[in-house]
Amino acid sequence: MNRALRQIFLSLVMLFLLSPIVVVGGVSLNAKKTLYFPPQGLSLAWYVELFTESAWLVPVQNSLIIATLSSLAAVSIALPLAYFLWRYRVFYARVLFMLGIAPFMLPPVITALGFLAFWATVGLYGQMVATVVSHAIFFVTLPLVTISLGFESIDREIVEAAETMGADSRQVFRTVVFPMVRSYLVSGYAFCFVLSLNEYIVAYMVAGFTVETLPIKIFNALRYGYTPVMAAVTIFFVALAALIFGLIGRFGDLPRLMGALTPESRTN
Amino acid sequence: MIAAKPKGLAAHRPILYPAATLAVFFVIPFGIMLAVSFCQREPGGFYITEFSIDNYANLFTALFGRVLAFSIFISAFCAALCVAAGFPFTYFVTRMRRRAQVVWLVTLVSVLSLSAVIVAFAWSIMLSQTAGVSNLLVWLGLMEKAVSWSPGFWALTCGMCYIAFPYTVLVLYPPLSRLDPHLPEAAQTLGASPMKTFFTVVVGSLRSAIVATLIMVFAFTLGTYLIPQILGRPQHWTLSVLITDEAIYRSNLPFAAAMSVFFMAVSLALVGLTMLAGRGRGPAER
Repeated sequence: MNRALRQIFLSLVMLFLLSPIVVVGGVSLNAKKTLYFPPQGLSLAWYVELFTESAWLVPVQNSLIIATLSSLAAVSIALPLAYFLWRYRVFYARVLFMLGIAPFMLPPVITALGFLAFWATVGLYGQMVATVVSHAIFFVTLPLVTISLGFESIDREIVEAAETMGADSRQVFRTVVFPMVRSYLVSGYAFCFVLSLNEYIVAYMVAGFTVETLPIKIFNALRYGYTPVMAAVTIFFVALAALIFGLIGRFGDLPRLMGALTPESRTN
Repeated sequence: MIAAKPKGLAAHRPILYPAATLAVFFVIPFGIMLAVSFCQREPGGFYITEFSIDNYANLFTALFGRVLAFSIFISAFCAALCVAAGFPFTYFVTRMRRRAQVVWLVTLVSVLSLSAVIVAFAWSIMLSQTAGVSNLLVWLGLMEKAVSWSPGFWALTCGMCYIAFPYTVLVLYPPLSRLDPHLPEAAQTLGASPMKTFFTVVVGSLRSAIVATLIMVFAFTLGTYLIPQILGRPQHWTLSVLITDEAIYRSNLPFAAAMSVFFMAVSLALVGLTMLAGRGRGPAER
């Protein structure tokens, strides 16, 4: 294909992806409570408000707590399952793996409604623990897929060598296997963390009126009119995602992770 | 360490906790939802356990039909746009140097991870009267005065494509990066123009992947909930909005559950179709 044409096309895609972020970034710097682009007067007051006003600070804290804990729970479910699946190729482990993939394949509103029905029945509707556990299950797919990829990348001869030298399976796991999957585990945690931070529908359905997360707060605030604080939140989210995925791109194997995370390759 | 079959309870220890959590927090919620869809609503509460199939009978209303039809239309439209732009784009990315590929992937994953609230907010700003694209057109002298383009059908399309495009690229990335680079080269050596090579060799050998991607992107956009609410007008609301509305604002959990079960059946049928489409792989892949 023509070189110049290709460059124009790639630039247009870049423009489509980045221009909303640039405009929002500009809007977040307005001096007064207006949404002009280019901004009228420069000020960082809206970023200060985000981290000092309790109306925004509480959702920030809620979101960070939920993301930290639910990703931890998701990894704790995914690691033993991926390990078991790698060690023994039995069908019920595959069934569990499919179960771990399922929340990600279905439209989110369905899973969210399932959680709502569950927590309402159990009596924990509206509690933060409901959000944490629901997010852990909803996003377990990500660490499950990345950690499984980590296990697959282990050369089985190394494991055999360790066994020949007399290591039992606990020692093999601690000294050989775990260090090799650690970076995949971190990637899985990071993916889970960012997505939990950004998730709306599940958090809203299981505890939306009592545990306000940042996306819920933004949506609620939108109804009362736009403020530049929302633009500041947007930039905060974009920066956080770019930082975390940038680190994975720099230190991890993003092209390979991408290949594993897309459902198309999972059906093989 | 690697054994064909685990023996005894001790060997099964690592899997007990994942199995228990997935069963309790995923399988049981679905079971409850299925059960609730056959229950009746309780005014002021969640549901009462009294068997009825009214919820399913109530599905066949004009409103539900219209919302379902619009959901399918907008999702199919966005999926077609995203695959049409995403396929050549992904092809170019897979032919870049690794560093450049990583930069693109980081950008795409970052955009994909953004909350739909944020995407919708960003696009409503992009298309607003005070900060939007129309100001640029006024400045260029192409328009008289700045106008607001949001909410509306095209605002909705922009927002949905914004989240669906990165997803499309990430789904297309593995099959396209597996495509043997010698194939397009061979075609060009034999005298095909780059354009012709792209359409006959690259598109041709990945036809099944394209179909699978179309269905997957379609299923993905079918699930969007917030974007139609912020960037669309009430006639642009999708099934996801209707289900949430029913569950939260009308507190009719049983009816919402029935809609979800129906919606899930549609989605599962789509996943099945994807697998069927993925089966007919050409020899160019793998």
